[in-house]
Amino acid sequence: MSKNYEYVPEPKLIKGDHTFGSITNLIAKTPLSSTPKLWYLAFAVANLLLIILLGSVGYLIWDGIGIWGLNNPAGWGWAIINFVWWVGIGHAGTLISAILFLFRQGWRTAINRFAEAMTIFAVMCAGLFPAIHVGRIWVIYWVFPIPNQMGVWPNFSSPLLWDVFAVSTYFTVSLLFWYVGLVPDFATLRDKAKSKAAKITYGIAALGWTGSFRNWWNYEKAYMILAGLATPLVLSVHTIVSFDFAVSLIPGWHSTIFPPYFVAGAIYSGFAMVLSLMLVARKIYGLEEIMNIDIMEKMNLVMMVTGNLVAFAYLTEGFVAWYSGYIYEQGIFWLYVVGPYAWGFWILMFCNVITPQFLWSKSIRRNVTLTFIISIIVNIGMWFERFMIAVVSLSTDFMPSSWDYYSPTLWDILIYVGTFGLFFTFFLLFLRFMPMVAIAEVKGVMPQADPHNYDEETNDFIEARAEPTMANQQTVQQKSE
Amino acid sequence: MTTKNKNVHGILAEFRNPKELIDAAEMVKDSGYNNFDTYAPFPIHGMEKAMGLKDSLLGWIVLAGGLAGMIGALALMIWVMGYEYPLNISGKPYINIPVYVPITFEMTVLFAAFAATFGMFALNKLPRFHNPLFNVERFKKASDDGFFICIEASDDLFSENEVSKLFTDSGATHIETVYDSE
Repeated sequence: MSKNYEYVPEPKLIKGDHTFGSITNLIAKTPLSSTPKLWYLAFAVANLLLIILLGSVGYLIWDGIGIWGLNNPAGWGWAIINFVWWVGIGHAGTLISAILFLFRQGWRTAINRFAEAMTIFAVMCAGLFPAIHVGRIWVIYWVFPIPNQMGVWPNFSSPLLWDVFAVSTYFTVSLLFWYVGLVPDFATLRDKAKSKAAKITYGIAALGWTGSFRNWWNYEKAYMILAGLATPLVLSVHTIVSFDFAVSLIPGWHSTIFPPYFVAGAIYSGFAMVLSLMLVARKIYGLEEIMNIDIMEKMNLVMMVTGNLVAFAYLTEGFVAWYSGYIYEQGIFWLYVVGPYAWGFWILMFCNVITPQFLWSKSIRRNVTLTFIISIIVNIGMWFERFMIAVVSLSTDFMPSSWDYYSPTLWDILIYVGTFGLFFTFFLLFLRFMPMVAIAEVKGVMPQADPHNYDEETNDFIEARAEPTMANQQTVQQKSE
Repeated sequence: MTTKNKNVHGILAEFRNPKELIDAAEMVKDSGYNNFDTYAPFPIHGMEKAMGLKDSLLGWIVLAGGLAGMIGALALMIWVMGYEYPLNISGKPYINIPVYVPITFEMTVLFAAFAATFGMFALNKLPRFHNPLFNVERFKKASDDGFFICIEASDDLFSENEVSKLFTDSGATHIETVYDSE
């Protein structure tokens, strides 16, 4: 037996027989055609949930945070859980748009626009919770360093204030990155639009973009720099979110593993959310050739890796609790497993440790239905992870005499469910009015886009030339002769 | 013809594909033209060499933005925590640089990202209300599947006949004069 390296052509990124023009038509047709009936139905449901959110938040502001299920040891409940959950979901979008861009992963172009939109709306949902949990929301501006008549300034040593800066920077940078990516596609829609209103609206959004190469030259530089900035940013944001816990002295929180563990969990849940949304949208909008099975498989691989990182972090937590010799740390870990919230722990184990193991099988990774089910389970699991961290550590802290059982009230539940209304209202508007796939970027990764794939004499495109450039090394085993 | 009172903006030529565009751009550059540009629905690899473009200045703008964010954030925190509103937190020093790292980092990234985005638009002279190229109906393809070169009338070597001949020689499928107004 000997090992031999052989070039194997990588599967095409875009399936089917597409030209630049057919890609434009495929993606631009949704924002430019009339609204489908199903969209109105979905939008009505999303709006209903949004109204529930606005109503419950209104009541919260009217009556105070006493309407939540918080009690004396558990001063943080669903609000922080939901905050961390939504921010974590957002991280996949930045990972896809920035980190995979720096690694030159051409397959990201099929889903980056979509995932970035998800990031922005998820961060909006996340940002709601810290804002409303302060109780007196009308003075929320105190978190910002604004000169005021009281001569008071925020405490820059507090991780909670770091969070304000991290999340607001994250939202702003994601929005800028998203908009920069959208400008050339708005120009495409402006040029394709038939109605006057659409021409004017997309025209304003496109800022007069012509596709001039002198502009592309600065644009590519800007895109690369933004990706380079967003990469450490996304890692820093969930690190700082984990500092909210890790910098305190509560057993189960005061742990150096939190930053990497939170970041891995964030990417894990985010990929699950992108998959859940993508598998539905590609069906409805007929984008199966762009958001194809190969891309789904790659995303499943990312989910499998990060899922196992998270599972490894759980093991490490248990090991460190035992090895530290610190009884409170050991106690809290034991309480996770057999304590009053053990049901949550076992849901978590099922969703986050057992479920991703199915992804070792290639046929499951390439199965749309099973992937969809796994992605939903992972999202549920990641919610329970934050539940276990936030609630269990607080409600069973140092002194058993001060322990209390935390349960949410109706308002906790309504506000959480309502954030889906906020998310889907924006997401549906995005699907309806914006190009949901980055048109210019998809064209850029097509083999036709590379001048080297053309014949020197006739200037015609040669399909065969495109293949070696996308080749991949694979080990094949040969029988010895 | 009603072209009498119009100024010529330049001559626009369409090519079949990225390869022809890049070859034509090289020819235009080698013929000595400076005020020309190529238009495509996506950035084409190697075009900067064919057109002879210098490296973008954007990196320096972003560096300035990032430094402004970093220095600004540090200065604000040192001033507030050290002098304006000192808070004693577990007896730790008032000016405590390590705890300022997260916010300094975030502000550096924020200002650098603003510089990258708005710097890019400024270098590209966008937003722009109107562009003479939009007078050409055909130019709509530039954001779809068309590949164009425009040599502008402001170039010293510009002459309609010469430019048209150059484009014909380089294999343009369509040549059209662009006017400042419709």
